[in-house]
Amino acid sequence: MWKFIHKLASPPHFYDLAAKIIPWFAVVALALIAYGAVAGLFLAPADYQQGDAFRIIYVHVPAAYLSMLAYSIMAISAGIGLIWRMKLAHAVAAGAAPLGAWFTFLALATGSIWGRPMWGTWWEWGDPRLTSELIMLFLYFGYMALRAAIDDTAKADRASAVLALVGAVNVPIIHFSVEWWSSLHQGPTLVREGGPAIEPAMLYPLLAMIVGFSFLFGALLLSRVRTEVLYRERRARWVRNLLLPSGESA
Amino acid sequence: MPGLWQGLRSIVRRDLLLAWKRPGDMLNPLFFFAMVSTLFPLAVGPSPEQLALSGPGVLWVAALLAALLSLNSLYLSDFEDGSLDQIILSPQPLPLLALGKSISHWLISGLPLVIASPLLAMTFRMPANTTAVLMLTLTLGTISLSLLGSIGAALTVGLNRGNALLSLLILPLAMPVLIFGARTVSLAAADDAVAAGIYFLAAYCMLALSFAPFATAAALKISNE
Amino acid sequence: MQPKDAKTLTELLSGTELCLLRGERCLFRELNFALSAGELMLVQGANGCGKTSLLRAIAGLLELETGYISWQGVPTTKDRQSFSGDLVWMAHRVGFKGDLTLVENLRFEAGLRSASLAEIDAVLDRLRLSSLTDLPLRSLSAGQQRRVALARMLTSDARLWLMDEPFTNLDRDGRMLVEDLISEHLAADGLCIVAAHQDVRLEVPMQRLNL
Repeated sequence: MWKFIHKLASPPHFYDLAAKIIPWFAVVALALIAYGAVAGLFLAPADYQQGDAFRIIYVHVPAAYLSMLAYSIMAISAGIGLIWRMKLAHAVAAGAAPLGAWFTFLALATGSIWGRPMWGTWWEWGDPRLTSELIMLFLYFGYMALRAAIDDTAKADRASAVLALVGAVNVPIIHFSVEWWSSLHQGPTLVREGGPAIEPAMLYPLLAMIVGFSFLFGALLLSRVRTEVLYRERRARWVRNLLLPSGESA
Repeated sequence: MPGLWQGLRSIVRRDLLLAWKRPGDMLNPLFFFAMVSTLFPLAVGPSPEQLALSGPGVLWVAALLAALLSLNSLYLSDFEDGSLDQIILSPQPLPLLALGKSISHWLISGLPLVIASPLLAMTFRMPANTTAVLMLTLTLGTISLSLLGSIGAALTVGLNRGNALLSLLILPLAMPVLIFGARTVSLAAADDAVAAGIYFLAAYCMLALSFAPFATAAALKISNE
Repeated sequence: MQPKDAKTLTELLSGTELCLLRGERCLFRELNFALSAGELMLVQGANGCGKTSLLRAIAGLLELETGYISWQGVPTTKDRQSFSGDLVWMAHRVGFKGDLTLVENLRFEAGLRSASLAEIDAVLDRLRLSSLTDLPLRSLSAGQQRRVALARMLTSDARLWLMDEPFTNLDRDGRMLVEDLISEHLAADGLCIVAAHQDVRLEVPMQRLNL
């Protein structure tokens, strides 16, 4: 088992293994998203309260879920890289950040679009989920900005790892704070916690979308990390052999 | 083995001495605080109800911005003149010294804001019963900001345009403080229960106290390389 | 375990298979050294070749890519604090606050080390700084500031001295002062590593490391 993990941590092995995994992830993602989209957008019955507008949850909820998953992956791999000094872990964190930011943005955009027919405005500060997501976006921007500001890759890795870990501690606190803040005014919320039980015809497509998005994220992440690895190891022999298959020297 | 208390005292004393020689360190955040607090009424109009309503929020945002302004230079001069090398290499644990710097930062930049806040609260026509809550929340809040802000300051010391980056990094950390601080004062003005907010601020402060010095120490070592 | 001969028994500081990356550049790899009590190691090389980085890595300010430093047989990463207590670092930048006076600066450092300043007057006399005690450090010349940095070495009882370009900004008298101080420190069983781009002529056991 340890041997497998040890092997995985080596960049060339990861590069090859990831190349094999990505197509599978992509196929699964495509299948699940196709099912979820068709079932959710067309087949599921309209919500008794919101009509067809609710269908945006099939994108909004997975996006929001993934924005948090991406941050967790980013923080955990940054932590592994910092504590065990694994270079690959840092590459994973670096790759996860922009993806997470995009999912966060998607969650915000779909949340805003959903809000328009419901509240009449494009933005509702009273909604804790939306406000939390906005702060999440700032966390991602901060991480990426810090990385970009430091020239030395190893130093950038470690500094942003500290930031990611500090942010990780703060994320639950932020959520709680925003919940409390919005509970002072009974504002409209997007997803009613503990509301009427969601019926299976609505639930299964949603689950499919969430899992499908996760696989999509996985495929995209592995792809990004491959590129990161290639860039970071660009001086190593295995990369040169890869890029010049005929064996000629650069 | 050097005494920990002596180490802490040394660095707090040094920073206070430096602030004494450069009074700007203390006065700048204070002036900024007062200035921002005055700009708001000028901009939104002098209606007393509006001022009283927005007072807690405005004062809190002003305090937050003033704290951000002063955080930028927390480690800058130490980094530039090589003192940071000596601090990192001292036999004292680095988190302890980082804590000391946060303490002195609060004494220099945070405490004056707390002391000045009742005066400014008066200009906002905030009711007198809110003053105690305002000062308490600002105390807990500015202490948290000094602690958490030092992490951001340590991460960005020596970077170009570290200023703007520092604000971006600290903003998410500061938001819970701002939310609970400002809203608790508003609740006090409406004679509602403030215990929840104050407990939260105290808990957040304790949390910051327990992990911020370690995070700052880790960040300092990385930034100083 | 290899049998320890007489030399390794007195080796207090050693570096094993050191490799350091700065950005994309590899400054040195597979570097080994060992230093005994009373020895001086002179690190030489052109500007930018990694002398400062090597010293900073030994001190623990920089992380090594591979390899480790041992002090008294124990890798320094195991007990950083106690190793820090045994060394004094003299960098290119003096490391004092310009706004504070000499005494205020030294008092701060003494507080960190729990050292006493009882012999401070003698030290300042030796370094010809006695008349400058009440001025802010900012107003001292570069040479005078470097001598203040020497006060740091003299007021601590650390065994290992790490000095990066200690002769910068010093006149001939200043150079001789530094050389005397190093000799005395080595005679008292101390160790010293000096990075310099000019040669150091001293009658002491000396190793040279060329980067």
